[in-house]
Amino acid sequence: MVEIKPGTAYGFFTDTSVCIGCKACEVACKAWNELPGNEPVFGDGYDNTGSLDSQNWRHVSFVDNVADAAASPGQGTAWLMMSDVCKHCTHASCMEVCPTGAIIRTEFDTVFIQPDVCNGCRDCIAACPFDVIGLDKNSGVAQKCTLCYSRLQGGLEPACAKACPTQSIQFGPVIELRQTAQKRVDALHATGVSQAQLYGADDSVYGGLNAFFLLMDEPEKYNLPNAKNAVLPSRNNKFGYLTTLVTGALAVLGGLIALRRRRPPEATAAAPAAPREGRPDGE
Amino acid sequence: MNEHFAGAPNWTWYILFYFFFAGLSGGSYVLASMLRLFGRPSDEPASRLAYYASFVALLPCPVLLVVDLGRPVRFWHMLVNTTPGQVGASFKYWSPMSVGAWGLLVFGVFATVSFIGALVRDDRLDSGPARFIGGIAGGWFGALWAFAGLLLGLFVAGYTGVLLSVSNQPVWSDTWALGGLFLASALSASVALLVWLTRFRRLARYSTDFLVRGEQWFQILELALIVLFVVTLVQAGTADVALGLPWLVLWAFVVITLIPGITRFGGSRVRASPSGTAAVAAGSAVLPWIVLLGVLALRAAVIFSAQF
Repeated sequence: MVEIKPGTAYGFFTDTSVCIGCKACEVACKAWNELPGNEPVFGDGYDNTGSLDSQNWRHVSFVDNVADAAASPGQGTAWLMMSDVCKHCTHASCMEVCPTGAIIRTEFDTVFIQPDVCNGCRDCIAACPFDVIGLDKNSGVAQKCTLCYSRLQGGLEPACAKACPTQSIQFGPVIELRQTAQKRVDALHATGVSQAQLYGADDSVYGGLNAFFLLMDEPEKYNLPNAKNAVLPSRNNKFGYLTTLVTGALAVLGGLIALRRRRPPEATAAAPAAPREGRPDGE
Repeated sequence: MNEHFAGAPNWTWYILFYFFFAGLSGGSYVLASMLRLFGRPSDEPASRLAYYASFVALLPCPVLLVVDLGRPVRFWHMLVNTTPGQVGASFKYWSPMSVGAWGLLVFGVFATVSFIGALVRDDRLDSGPARFIGGIAGGWFGALWAFAGLLLGLFVAGYTGVLLSVSNQPVWSDTWALGGLFLASALSASVALLVWLTRFRRLARYSTDFLVRGEQWFQILELALIVLFVVTLVQAGTADVALGLPWLVLWAFVVITLIPGITRFGGSRVRASPSGTAAVAAGSAVLPWIVLLGVLALRAAVIFSAQF
């Protein structure tokens, strides 16, 4: 049992190599957080949750990676299963753009949307690179995984981690989880599973993710941006405003030139100059 | 090549029309202030007309923004942080939505005062308070007021493009040209609106040649920024998202609407006509609406192509 103290950074280490896709995490999450059920999605695969959104704060995604002609036992990569969740980024895109201050960092170093402050502008949804946040239709505010904030405050570990039967989801202080993850990936590499890799355990993705992963393929396979594409929205402030500024300056300059070069139309040019005050055109 | 996995914020019709009207309001204020500050006394009727247009175009903006919120009654949370223990003004200079909320509020004050000032100058309003407020827009302070409002107008007309870029959405975040593009097109739309409005204010037609020349320049800027927009998207590898069907049809329409202005089709008719104002009236009946539709189509292509 992990001792939970304010001031320490907590998070998840999700080891996808041992995920069996049972969705116990999804059910536990919904049960504790009193999230409504949703219409199941029936597509090609076994994923009938669809995606992370305002009512699915854990989502077991199924990635069909089966080759047309089976050439090997699969090495655990034929079916990729990952219990996806909010990453609680160190440099969080959602928090960066939120205009209301509704998104805060808690005493457990997690990213939390205050439901009584959010006004549902959805800027955070446009910013989140992981498609984690959704607008709740009933409450009208943005919602996502809170890393069971209410449970942490009571000294309890998050519901999903507690329910996970394979320890694919591990909860604890981020520093300790990173050590555990490194040992696990080293062990997998030693047994020949060279494709195993950690995602978000170091600071290459948004300064480090409090909820990080051990993946069995490239991040893009799991709909996760690689380190090159993991960029903050504010990167576009500088050149966005600069282009606007230059355009504005050129527009005003062109307008001034137009004012100097213009020729008044014949009919109105003959009319006397309009006075500054009063009704100049008598309309 | 940029890869995106972000979900769409579902900013649709309310936001499209907000961007359109904010552009018209900001752009009209810019034109009005340019005519007042740098024009001749005979430009005053067109200047006042543009101040009227700026104010009227501003009216739907807060309504559209508020109804788009998931919790409309909390619109004021854009300005006031209600987080327990941190109650106070909410301003984040790095978040265009936060800066825009404040910018729109302050610009609203400028547009309203200038609107009342124009009414007073036109002798359409004569009460004491109105004359006091109108007085702000007069004299040397009025010139300062108009100049500050001009800068705010440029901001309100252009920041919406920056707001889209400051995200992780495909297309929007792959370019830095949107702020300039929205500003140039907003100015183009404002000229079109003003040209159309001169049909109802005879003496404002004194400024028509300026408007036609201005329109040409603004639309050249707009076309150049469309090219920049496409180039940046090609570099990012997301040009197919923005320019695929059906959006390509909208883009084609946008470019077609720029042709009359850039070639000064309307302007040449003004100059070629021996009967001056009659030709202006005829030329100003349809073309402005086509330009306005083009500006709306441009915003629709940008907003919708990234999300659907």
